[in-house]
Amino acid sequence: MTTVPVSAAKDVVAPGRGGVGDSVLRPDGTLKVTGEFAYASDLWIDGMLFGVTLRSPHARARIRSIDVGPALAVPGVEAVLTHEDVPGRKVYGLEHADQPVLAIGEVRHQGEPIALVAADHPETARHAAEQIRVGWEVLEPITDARAVIADPDSLRVQDRGGIARHQPVRVGDMVAARARAEVVVSGDFSVGIQDQAFLGPESGLAVPGEDGGIDLFVATQWLHNDLRQIAPCLGLPDEKVRMTLAGVGGAFGGREDLSMQIHAGMLALRTGRPVKIVYNRYESFFGHVHRHPALMRYEYGATRDGRILYADAEIVLDGGAYTSSTLAVVANAASLGLGPYEIPNIEIDAYGVYTNNPPCGAMRGFGAVQACFAYESMMDRLGEACGVGPVEIRRINAVGQGSKLATGQVIDSPAPLADMLTRLEAMPLPAPPDTADLRNLPGGVSQTTHGEGVARGVGYGVGIKNICFSEGFDDYSTARVRLEVVGGEATAVVHTAAAEVGQGLVTLQAQIARTELGVDRVVIQPADNGVGDAGSSSASRQSYMTGGAVKAACEAVRADVLALARERLGGTYEDLSLIGGKVVSASAGALAEIADVLGDRVVEQTREYHHRPTVAMDPVTGQGDTHVQLALCVHRAVVDVDVELGLVKVVELAAVQDVGKIMNRLSLEGQIHGGSAQGLGLALMEEIVVQDGLVRNPSFTDYLIPTILDMPPMRLDILESPDPAAPYGLRGAGEPPTLSSTPAIVAAVRDATGRALTRVPIRPEHICR
Amino acid sequence: MRVRFSVNDREQVADDVWEGESLLFVLRERLGLPGAKNACEQGECGSCTVYLDGVPVCACLVAAGQAQGREVRTVEGLASADGLAPVQQAFAECGAVQCGFCTPGLLVQADDLITRVPDPSDAEIREALAGNLCRCTGYEKILEAVRRAAELKAAGR
Ligand code: FES
Ligand code: FES
Repeated sequence: MTTVPVSAAKDVVAPGRGGVGDSVLRPDGTLKVTGEFAYASDLWIDGMLFGVTLRSPHARARIRSIDVGPALAVPGVEAVLTHEDVPGRKVYGLEHADQPVLAIGEVRHQGEPIALVAADHPETARHAAEQIRVGWEVLEPITDARAVIADPDSLRVQDRGGIARHQPVRVGDMVAARARAEVVVSGDFSVGIQDQAFLGPESGLAVPGEDGGIDLFVATQWLHNDLRQIAPCLGLPDEKVRMTLAGVGGAFGGREDLSMQIHAGMLALRTGRPVKIVYNRYESFFGHVHRHPALMRYEYGATRDGRILYADAEIVLDGGAYTSSTLAVVANAASLGLGPYEIPNIEIDAYGVYTNNPPCGAMRGFGAVQACFAYESMMDRLGEACGVGPVEIRRINAVGQGSKLATGQVIDSPAPLADMLTRLEAMPLPAPPDTADLRNLPGGVSQTTHGEGVARGVGYGVGIKNICFSEGFDDYSTARVRLEVVGGEATAVVHTAAAEVGQGLVTLQAQIARTELGVDRVVIQPADNGVGDAGSSSASRQSYMTGGAVKAACEAVRADVLALARERLGGTYEDLSLIGGKVVSASAGALAEIADVLGDRVVEQTREYHHRPTVAMDPVTGQGDTHVQLALCVHRAVVDVDVELGLVKVVELAAVQDVGKIMNRLSLEGQIHGGSAQGLGLALMEEIVVQDGLVRNPSFTDYLIPTILDMPPMRLDILESPDPAAPYGLRGAGEPPTLSSTPAIVAAVRDATGRALTRVPIRPEHICR
Repeated sequence: MRVRFSVNDREQVADDVWEGESLLFVLRERLGLPGAKNACEQGECGSCTVYLDGVPVCACLVAAGQAQGREVRTVEGLASADGLAPVQQAFAECGAVQCGFCTPGLLVQADDLITRVPDPSDAEIREALAGNLCRCTGYEKILEAVRRAAELKAAGR
């Protein structure tokens, strides 16, 4: 019915024969190394138009008028749309629909979309967008998050008020604990705005269907949640919006919110032609939410020997103008705000506020990353005050299985933190810098030192992250698995809506199908909404949830195949399984080929997989069993610092992570390396610099991410303490390394320089002042 | 204007090219070769790296007109009739590809390195790939892949 774009996603046969636990290669690996893999920005279809978005240059302003006339007059322009042209609901959002599809009378952040243009060449569209005349009344932006908390009623950026969420945590008797404390340490810490900086820009293609509906080919993290937001805005029933995942060039949370989806849909519906929108890097910095910046104030009281008696913390997260995922970010910061340590008396206040600063939402480890920098900095301060080393102070207070989190939730599966720290500390340290090759020194190829003024430091960091959605969300996943004979060979076909964003979920789906169905040949179908919801590729949840769904669907298929086998074999075998392409009896050995049992029958099953239920944090005390699963990672960083120039070279990162079960070591290691690199970026270089609500550095020239020269070799020790509640005992693994690498690196720089370093990213002036 | 050049050993002609169009745009949007990627279009990320007369360049920084009469090789032209090039095989095998958006540029840059330096040290690999950003891998597997590619190439694969 619909015309399909050139190079839209197709079925792929998974290479190799490996099952769960093997380092199987990616099904899309060959396509990606030959340049054939179609990313969203590569999509192409005959007769397509190019869409461009006009965005606000102001952080806060009233729109007095919009004149689209001059843009419409540009030859080649097919449509120019404003909020008046939104066919359905004019607002959308992940948790609250508070974000206008196109600005209505007011803009609340720089880069807010105002109007759309479709034309036959991207430059024509861009040129036309510049011709749109907007009459502005520029207003003073609200940019001070702490001021908003002090006066949320008058400092109101949007209708919902000044504070998106305030989540307190109250445990024990703070007054008594304060009286008993022999050592008190405190600190103010802050985290700048980090960008996901995925390399593949936001992009997608909307193709109008003959039925008045629309086909969307987009790079996203969650097809079904996109759909839930898109369809009402386009004024279409859900079934008329068909979503297919286009190749995703990285995500890291930045594709959880919508970007161009509704816009391309509007232009396609209006023009009756396919419309492609591709952001450039500049626009990408405004086209997605970032990591919340944080202001944090902590105080700990402890016994002289380092046992923490109480913690008092205030965490302020600036979400920008719209809600996005701020509510969940606040919950993570509050519930995990003190890290994996046993603390009997607690007072935490975590806030998410609305301002006119850049909009913030999901990024790898959200909420937990910011708090981790503060609580780990506090652990080092406490250790110093008590005369206890950094590893020992953490071991003294470490949680284990049976410990309570700040929320009162008991950790009911292995959490071997003390053991992880012991292993980390025992890893060999790198050799002193080899000054014969100046590339090994801080400043590297710039040759800014010959070894003089260089000091070495070592630091440790620990992090804990919740896996899957928390607080009562039933973020289930769905899988459809089919077993049939293709070319004489039993073949499993796996279909889910789960977004492969680079993490390797497609590889894992094939491994699970092989293990559960005993076949070699597995075909992975493109992700689309022709199958049920898979939930988001975020919160380190897809191995757990979609892995669980594929496993469940395979088990159902296997039961059907075994029933067919029993029918055919006549016996009353109770001990059958599917192994190596055969139906095998534990007692009687191989009985038949799966392909022969199937014949021309097709066995297909669809299953939903749900994790255990959780509850919301109590609004007053913050108590409750809010998390599905928790995961730990610990890092040691070794740095060389040029203390005169403030340049840092990370010499080595070592990490110990407990993943429950190693599903695929090759891709797991890649997750730990990549997550650690993003933590390194936050520690040393990555920040969206904002002044009066305006972004000063929206380019890769000025927003720096780690290069191969910045990232050191890594030493990994991966533990497998199974979680009995999870499929195969696995633990989500993508986010935890992003937490602990940042504080470890900062601690190492402190060790080298003696500076307090209370803010990330560290800048040279913080070191050499 | 009309631009004529060779891409992956085939003569190509692009018509109606605008003055400001980059080689990257012409490859991707006019010649149907989207292998080279467009992550920044400012010469900062290396994802658009292609060979121009045998030298790796950022295709986003080369005006299409500058390619007139010259030879371009993109990721689509790295493999031969015998199969994948050593860099391609090594990147796929070593887990050096996650989202893969950086991969086409890295492959061209790494292919150039192991052609010039048959047995590169880690420091040489880091220096050669310093202009290619990867957001997913943390570069460890990329280093491993380049070492492996050098071995494969030396073994005549
Ligand atoms: S796209 Fe050419 S260097 Fe980034
Ligand atoms: S693999 Fe995603 S950017 Fe390198």
